[in-house]
Order: sequence, then structure tokens, then C-alpha cells
Amino acid sequence: MTTTQERSVPKPAFTDAEAGAREFPDSNARKFNYFVPAKRKQSHYEDVTVEVQPDPRHYLAQGWLYGFSDGKGGYPLEWTVLKAWGSDRPAPVRGPGSGGQGYEWPAHGWHEFRDPNEEWELTLYRYNANVVRQLNQNIEAAKRAKAFEQWSTNWVQFVAQHVGAWMHVNHGLGLYLFANANRRAPTNMHNNAISVNSMHKIRSAQDLALYNLTLSEEIDGFDGTAHVEAWNSDPVWQGVRDTAERLTAIDDWCEAIFAANVVFEPLVGELFRSNLVQQAAPSNGDFVTPTLVGAEEFDYAERDLRYTKPMFQLLIDDREFAEHNTRILQQWLETWVPRCVAAARTMQPLWSQPDAKPPRFEDSFDHAKNRFRGILSDLGLRVPKELDQ
Amino acid sequence: MSRQSVAKAHQKIQELSWEPAYHEPVSQYGTDYTFRKAKKKDPLKQVLRSYFPMQEEKDHRVYGAEDGAIRGNMFRQVQERWLEWQKLFLSIIPLPEISAARAMPLLFRTVPNPELHNGQAIQMIDEVRHSTIQQNLKRLYMNNYIDPAGFNSSLRNFQNDYCGTIGRQFAEGFITGDAITAASIYLTIVAETAFTNTLFVAMPAEAAANGDYLLPTVFHSVQSDESRHISNGYATLLMALSDEGNHQLLARDLRYAWWTNHRVVDAAIGTFIEYGTKDRRKDRESYAEMWRRWIYDDYYRSYLVPLEKYGLEIPHDLIEESWNQIWHKGYVHEVAQFFATGWLANYWRIDPMTDEDFEWFEHKYPGWYDKYGKWWENYSRLSVPNGHNPIALEDVDYVYPHRCWTCMVPCLVREDMVTDKVEGQWRTYCHEACRWTDVEAFRPTYQGRSTPNMGQLIGSREWETLYHGWNWADIVSDMGFVRDDGNTLVAQPHLDLDPKKMWTLDHLRRCPPLQSPNVVLNEMTDEERAVFQADYNAQGPAGRPAGAAS
Repeated sequence: MTTTQERSVPKPAFTDAEAGAREFPDSNARKFNYFVPAKRKQSHYEDVTVEVQPDPRHYLAQGWLYGFSDGKGGYPLEWTVLKAWGSDRPAPVRGPGSGGQGYEWPAHGWHEFRDPNEEWELTLYRYNANVVRQLNQNIEAAKRAKAFEQWSTNWVQFVAQHVGAWMHVNHGLGLYLFANANRRAPTNMHNNAISVNSMHKIRSAQDLALYNLTLSEEIDGFDGTAHVEAWNSDPVWQGVRDTAERLTAIDDWCEAIFAANVVFEPLVGELFRSNLVQQAAPSNGDFVTPTLVGAEEFDYAERDLRYTKPMFQLLIDDREFAEHNTRILQQWLETWVPRCVAAARTMQPLWSQPDAKPPRFEDSFDHAKNRFRGILSDLGLRVPKELDQ
Repeated sequence: MSRQSVAKAHQKIQELSWEPAYHEPVSQYGTDYTFRKAKKKDPLKQVLRSYFPMQEEKDHRVYGAEDGAIRGNMFRQVQERWLEWQKLFLSIIPLPEISAARAMPLLFRTVPNPELHNGQAIQMIDEVRHSTIQQNLKRLYMNNYIDPAGFNSSLRNFQNDYCGTIGRQFAEGFITGDAITAASIYLTIVAETAFTNTLFVAMPAEAAANGDYLLPTVFHSVQSDESRHISNGYATLLMALSDEGNHQLLARDLRYAWWTNHRVVDAAIGTFIEYGTKDRRKDRESYAEMWRRWIYDDYYRSYLVPLEKYGLEIPHDLIEESWNQIWHKGYVHEVAQFFATGWLANYWRIDPMTDEDFEWFEHKYPGWYDKYGKWWENYSRLSVPNGHNPIALEDVDYVYPHRCWTCMVPCLVREDMVTDKVEGQWRTYCHEACRWTDVEAFRPTYQGRSTPNMGQLIGSREWETLYHGWNWADIVSDMGFVRDDGNTLVAQPHLDLDPKKMWTLDHLRRCPPLQSPNVVLNEMTDEERAVFQADYNAQGPAGRPAGAAS
């Protein structure tokens, strides 16, 4: 005869520990009370983002606990030369009987930044999962429709070499500029937005790489390594490569984000994507490549630029350092515009390579420049004379 | 995912990386380790085309469960004793998570292997996931649990409070100092590989036993990412091991990282699991048993020891000593007792222990009652205000401890406390290993070797110093641990929410002022300090004054 031994399991108990079960001090205080929301009501995004990264100027009573070899801990404000109001106030000095009070929240203007995309984990995975799903479907549909058979030999080569070369720009900036910068900014709002920007870049690099792999499998004679050769030694790419590498060499995190998203992207990125690939592909029988490039274009125009503008707008309009910040941003424009203009111009021969030609390079570049002027106008920055050189 | 195989896709994305031809990426973090360029493979083999939909699917499950918990009135059966400790845990953990994201760039220039950088970038965004998904869980608790106090002020509390400061080491250590020490050895090799087992697997299991199935839902989802991060650390460790010049630094960093993680994580998680539960089945695992399984067997014996043949010097002595602390020296019990002693400086409520708890502790830790039972009876007796002071200020055979300068947990195993004069200041340490960390490891020279990139221990590391000479009512007000009536404390030494039974600022106003042990120590003469130390080392267990323990 078998006996059944009673299993040892926790016993559920009725505790009535749900909200509203009793009235007592704080029983209805169901909002995070350690920050002031940007709008009247706290947003879900703010609740999961604000104040996760501490700041000794307001609540961090005992200060940073671990430092680099020079004794600096946390997220030093001087990692950029730009300043937000309150930046020059020192962190409170602690000692016997000092108490733990800092300046009233937010203590300085950096904490006023909110990502208009309100990115946190739920939004970033939804967005990027949707993108990769849609791209996969587009590519699968194109394979079934034998769409790649319509491509001319010349266009096949163009995609292999030059659309392929762009993946390297995204990869390099995604890792060594944006991911790198996610350690540098003084608030969680900045660093989260920057890290999401980084993933857009790395994802779009991989999108192009895996598309390249598909094309290698689908198109006879498609050279899946031609993009490496183009990136390493084709003269039309060396200006872009020089500029991209120079971007990753920037030490100041604000300069890096500004140079990449305000200058490089409209003058070089959008020039290549929107004013070359997107224009040339349809007339060369290619309706697939624009879907990949269009996804990246949306990343930049509707997400990455969308957070970048208010991030710098706050600094340009800063109540204490507006003039200081504007002067430095203008200097950065004077530095980066000629570099990006030069990089753009080295790409000019690409415009004559497809059989069905896109609009003229100069018209395309004018388009890109106008877009760039519009961004500067929105920010209230002066267009540097170097743009027209 | 397209039909392309994962291996093929992963192979393809290796074509993305390139050696700089014109300008080197900025180098902002230093290391004293040296790496030869090695063809170490990216162990994650993760491609974003499949990664994003996978994470989205995991999110669907997490958020579906959260909806279900609310619709199913989960909070009607959640144990308050358990959820109160989550006010501490969930105030701490989003920072270590986001710090791990911020740590990844420390490795880009110091580990010269572009293939590993792909895995590090994915870890970065995983960590953003963890931080925000945990903040979201806390928000849900705040909105749906009976007592939102402490959740609603969570991040201010965490940053002001001494417990939060202890926890903050499990974050700041990832992002500063020598890049490899911080982002590889401390973060991935020890914190993630060893201690996330107790954090994210053992503790959620205890949550479920206390009626909370959302903590396991969220943290098991988090832990499924951790396994990838462990692979990241392993790949970097093997690269480091291949250069013999690194072995001395690896030995140093393993000692520091192991001991600090033990001091910090075992203090917190041990307390949550042993003192935050109502599940007193005799056959449920104690923290010590979990530790033996997850950390000693799975990490130490299965992961670390096999690396010895590659030249890794393993801190066997400190691992055995950690077990000794947990099993023989009552480390977790001492910490829980201290947290409860200092309840008035906290932002959560601590439930007194009952006869059922005593029985369980005695069963799991024979001799427990003789050491701690009487004190917990006093805690219960003094829990509701009735003309007396909080237990920390009453005579209950307990000596308020000095704080360890390094790990910032108080020096609770009294016999182990050591002192040293560093930079003109007398400091107390909970153990010789913590003294070594401050005095020898975190220095620009280590065993005669120049280590210019090693970090520093900085900050006002003794919390009591800030409030030396202050009245307790002013201390609690200064930290902001007061409810919305402006008088009732967030913290309470019991779970009764009857306002008449809750402690207020008025009760604290009549208490004597706080004295900083470190300030007092530094005011002593050499002779007085020698007497003090001898007396301190003779105290205990359970903080009993010297001579009263026998």
C-alpha cells in the first residue's frame, strides 16, 4: 500500500495588505515625492527614471563612496564644458554635525532634462522589436517576390559596397560614441536616452549586416565582403571614416552628442540615406533597401534628434549659462561643420554610380544643408559660415 | 528572426568592427592590467534582430503577471513583514543595475577585443531594462500595498540612509577606479556570477512563499539576462589570465570583490530571507543553506576552483571565512539585529519576531535563542511607544557598534574588529580583510607594484559623523523619513498601522543626542583607545557588553 506524504509548501494567508485597507498617515501618499515633475502630473517615464542616478548636491548625504585614482567619484559635471544653472555651486561639505541636507531639488539645471521619447525598457523593446519584425517581414516578402532579380548589376554592386559601408559608421558611433557617452552625463535621464540612441545605431548596423548576408544568399555574384573593402580603402568613404573616427575621439560627452546628432547626422547621415539611397533605390528597382534605411532614418529624425534638441535647448536657454553654452556650441559648429562638409563632399562620386541617377549631388547637399539650418534655427544657433565653403 | 541561423548571423556581424585608421577612440578609463589582443569569441552570440523580440516577449510575461496580480488582489495575501523589507531592497537595486550599464564603456578601450564589445553593449541595455523594470515594480508596490510610506520617498531615502549607503557600494564599485577591477572583476566575475544567485533567485523564492509572486516574476526575468553577463565576465577573465603580469592584480581584486560582496550582499539578502519571512517550515532552506548551495558549491567549487589551473589565485581563506561568519559567527543575525536596533533611522517597518520564529531559528541555527532570543523579546516589548525610548536607547544588553570604514556595515562580530590610523584618522574595520582593502588594496602601490589606476575609497563613510550631537527627531526630519502628517515616522518597530501605536518625532525629541562612534574614537588618547579596543573585542555575541556574555 502506498502512502502519500504531504508536500511541504508555504501556506497562503489572508493579510488584507492591499491599498486602502486602513487609514493612517501616508496611507494615500502614492506618488514618488522626491522630485518635481516636468508637467503637472508625474509621468510613468519619470517615475522609473528620475533620481535613480544620485547627485551629492541634493540627497546624497554621505557623498560618492568610490572614486577614480584622482579621487573623483560618480558623474563629475566637468566631464563637459557646458554648464547648467547651479553647476558652479560646490557639493556640500560634510563633517561632524553637518547634517545631510543638500540644495533643494533639483539643485542644478541638468536634472530638468526629460527625454521627450520617454524611453525606458518597455518602450525601447517595443519600438525596436517592431522595427526588426517589420524589416524581417519586408525582406521575406521581397525574397518570395524574387524582388532582387530586378536589380541591375550596377545597383547590386552599389548596395554591396556603399549601402554596406554605412553599417560601419553606425557600428562605430553606436559603440564608441553613444554607448561610451552613457557613462558620462550627470543624470539618469541623459544617460538612458543616450544608451537607447546607442542601441538604435548598433541595431541599424546589424540590420544592414544581416541584410547584406541575405543578399549574399539571394543574389548570384553579390559580394558580401565588398563593404569592408569600400570602408577600408575606397576614397569616397575615407572622408566619412575620418570624421566618424574623429567623433569617437571626442572627450567631452556633450560635444560628442552634439557633433554626432546635430552636425554629422543631417549633413552626412541624412545626405547619404535620404538624399542618395532613398532617392536612387526605387528607380533602380529596389523597394527593399529603402525600408531598412527608412527605419534608421526614423530612428534619427523621430527619436534621436527628438531628444537631442531639448537636451541642448535647455542649455542654450539656461538661466545662468546661456551665453557660455551658446558660445561653446557655436565653436563646436565651427569645428565640426567643415569636417562634415568635407566628409559629405568626398562622397560625391557615389551620386553618379547608379544606372538610374538620383537628384544631383549639389541639390541633395542643399537639401541636407537646409535641414541642418532648420535644426540650428530651432535651437536658436547661428549657421556657421563654414557651411557654404 | 529570419531563417538565417544564429551562428551565421553572429558570424556576419563580426564584419562590423574595424580598426581605427585615422583617430583612436577616446580613452577615458585606465587600468593596470595588460591585455594582448586575442581572438576571444563573443560568448553571447546575441544578434539584435532576435534580441529585441525576445526581450519584448519577456516583457509581455512580466507585465501580464503584474496585471494579473492586481486583478487577483495579490496584496490581500502579501505578508507585510516581507514587503516592508522590499522598501529597502527596491530602493537600492535600481542603482546597481544602472551602474552596470554605465560600467560597460570602461571596458571598450581597456579590453582590446571588438568582438566582446558587442556583448558589452547588449549588457548595457539589459541593465537599463533591469533598472527601470525594478523601478516599475516598486511603483506598483507603492500604488497597491497597504503602506506606501518608504516606497513613495524611496530614492531620497536610499541616498540619505546608512543602509542605502552600504548598498550603494554594490553600484559605485562598478563604475570607478581601475576599469578591469571595477567593471569586470567586481561587477561581472563576483557580483553577477556569484551573488545574483542569492539576490535574484533565492530571494524571489522567499517572496513567493510570502504571497508576493511579482518579485519572482520580475527578478527571474532579470536573472535570465544575468547568465549572458556572466559569460561576458568569463571571457574577459580568461583574456586577463593569459598574461601572467595580471595574476597579482587578479588575486588582489578577487579578494577585495569577494569580501566586499560578502559583507554587503550577505548582510542585506541574508536579513531579508531570514527575518523578512513568515514561512517557518522547518524544511525550507535557511540563508546559510542557500548560500552553501548557490555560492559555495555553484560558484566557488564549480566556477572558481577550475580556474586555478590557469593561474587564478583564489581567496580560499576568505571564502571559508565568509562561511565561518555566516555559520559560526552569526553574521546575518548580527546584521538583522543591528537593523532592528537602528529602526528609527530607517524607512521601513520591522516586525518583531515571535515564538514561531524563535523555534525556526533554533532549529536552523542551534544556539540562536541563547544569543539573540532575549534581545528580540525586548524588541517586541519596546515596539509600541509607552513612555520608553526606542530600543537603541534603552538598556537591553547591547552596545551600539562602531562602523566599518570600508564596507560600512557596523563591526558586528566584535572579536574581529580592528583599527588603523589612515590619513591622520583612526578608523575601525569589521575585519582584517576590510582593513586590507582600505589600507593596502585601494592604494597607488600594491605589494611594491605601481598601481596608478586603482581607485580610492572616498566620501563621508561613517553616517553617524554627519549627525554627531544631533537630537534624533532632527536627524529623522533632516533625512525626510516622516509621514504626511509631519510627525509620524515612516519607520516603525512593528507592523500595527494604528496611528496611536506609531512612533512620532515627539517620541524621539526626548531621546539623548546621537554620538558618532568615530568622532568619539578620534577624541581618545592612545591609552583610552587601547582599552576601548580590548573591551570591544571582548564583547558579544549579539553586542553584549564585555563580561556579560558568559
